[in-house]
Amino acid sequence: MKLRLEKKDFRSFLQGLIETYDLFAPVQLVEGVSVFRKIDRPEEVDLTHPNPQKPAKDLFFPQSEVMLRYEKAGEQTSVIPVDEVKRERVLFGARPCDIEAISTLEKVFVGKEYTDVYFLEKRKKTTIIGLGCNHPLSTCFCSSAGGDPFLRAGSDLFFIDLGEAYFVELLTEKGMAFQKNPFLKEANPKDLVLVKELEEKAFEKVGFSIPIGGIEKRLDLMAESAFWDRVHEGCIGCRICTYLCPTCHCFDIVDEGDSQRGQRVRNWDSCLSPLYSLETSGHNPRPTGRERTRQRLMHKFNYFPKSFNQVACVGCGRCILYCPIHFDIRKAILWTSSKRPKAF
Amino acid sequence: MKNPYLPIPMRVKKATIETTDRMLRTLELSFLNEEDGKNFSFVPGQFCELSILGKGEAPFGIASSPTENGSLRFTINKAGLVTTALHQIEEGSEIGIRGPLGNGYPIELFKGKNVLVIGGGFAFTTLRSLIVYLLHPENRPKVKGITVIYGARMPGLLLYKEELATWQKRRDLNLVVTVDWGDMDWKGKVGLVPNVLEEVAPSSKDTYAVICGPPIMIKFTFPKLMALRFPYDRIFTSLERRMKCGIGKCGRCNIGHLYVCKDGPVFSYAELEKLPKDY
Repeated sequence: MKLRLEKKDFRSFLQGLIETYDLFAPVQLVEGVSVFRKIDRPEEVDLTHPNPQKPAKDLFFPQSEVMLRYEKAGEQTSVIPVDEVKRERVLFGARPCDIEAISTLEKVFVGKEYTDVYFLEKRKKTTIIGLGCNHPLSTCFCSSAGGDPFLRAGSDLFFIDLGEAYFVELLTEKGMAFQKNPFLKEANPKDLVLVKELEEKAFEKVGFSIPIGGIEKRLDLMAESAFWDRVHEGCIGCRICTYLCPTCHCFDIVDEGDSQRGQRVRNWDSCLSPLYSLETSGHNPRPTGRERTRQRLMHKFNYFPKSFNQVACVGCGRCILYCPIHFDIRKAILWTSSKRPKAF
Repeated sequence: MKNPYLPIPMRVKKATIETTDRMLRTLELSFLNEEDGKNFSFVPGQFCELSILGKGEAPFGIASSPTENGSLRFTINKAGLVTTALHQIEEGSEIGIRGPLGNGYPIELFKGKNVLVIGGGFAFTTLRSLIVYLLHPENRPKVKGITVIYGARMPGLLLYKEELATWQKRRDLNLVVTVDWGDMDWKGKVGLVPNVLEEVAPSSKDTYAVICGPPIMIKFTFPKLMALRFPYDRIFTSLERRMKCGIGKCGRCNIGHLYVCKDGPVFSYAELEKLPKDY
């Protein structure tokens, strides 16, 4: 269903969301730094940033998350499960790459045998409102990774900024709940023309092609390649790429507290850390940057496809944009292909 | 929906120091809730995450056999934070477990075949589970010959000594115990496991080999098994990796696209051959 939301009604629309849901949307912390946060007042929402630094995965798989609490009373220790998500939630303003990544994470966390209840509960109770990406950055390569700046898949509603109004599509059953929203009016035929124009302009920006197709097969032959001896030299192991990656999902589990009370917490972890695989005996199966960089890239483009039939990369470009020494994953991908650059 | 991260409460029924260096301690655990015990079914080779709230969790192979009802047994090497806490915990205390996790040994394949079990050091725990399981009157007729080669660095470091003594007396089990260095009282074999294997030279005909031990032992034992003409797909080993979740989510223990926690810990040599040498 194709609708339209006038910009003058935008804040009232958000206010309506806040009254019914827990609303999460991009917020500018300081100039240039944007993250998804719970919104109390409509004016907090800030969509000026091209794509928040911290991906929307944080809302489903938080950087730190309590898994259980425990308390000792007398001789008896009782485990207290964490609270359920009480209110339905809305994620507003996530770009298609982040939304695609949520579906990628779902493949890992919701399994046949074991389901991560913490992730699933948040996912089930969230309506996703995607936002078309009018201005892809120079680091974006979503179209090479199976997405595009206006990919609707995964969104329940989809917003496109037309300037004086938003073009709004209701895509799923959850989205159709907004059919009767007083601020959403019928779209003009003109809007569709404008959407087409915006799409074409954005596609042009990400129109180049990074050879991700067939990469799984190519990497099969490269497990012990000399490539890995070189590629890790371009990485200082700061791990920012893995933390800001919308599909990276490794975590550590630690206990905080004492024998009387405390909690078990999981925190984002990174395969680029030497401690990640270090065993108590001192043995480390991935002792150097070579093995760790290989793990990161192979997991995304070889191991993950073997398990789930897709790469674990959505082309959001955060790892390129925020790398302090300009490690470019696109170059690494190019290296596996016949379009190999001269130097890494 | 069941939350796979919540531990099942158990009680420490009995704790025993196994070795003269006091680094290996066996905990015998009983279920606090009868219902949990009924729902807990496992095969030898599977593992559990043991946890002490406030200290953390760590994975351990189950040392008891499914044929020993009512309790679970784990032998713990004192090495880090959690294992030290597990060494200090007193009888009667509460402990949490998650499991059973992993695939376990492919017992179905062993039907009608010979089984060769090779163990070194404290990795013998899940092999004990396997041996006790196979020796159970119901299961013993299902397999042909059983040969066990078990080595430790010193006599004092051998696990489950009383049990070894009763196994020595059995005629339906060929047990060879060896140590790297003997002492004044040691009357048994002295020699490294790979060399003892060469000496015992069990036939590879209709035989499955299960091997578990320190990486260095495995490294030198594989070639001896090759020399005895064991096919790659009839050699099984159990791997250890640093683990957290135990259910294939946290990403830590992968070797290639397989997770040691969920696709293992037991792999055939044929499977390992295809994986990157990340272990």
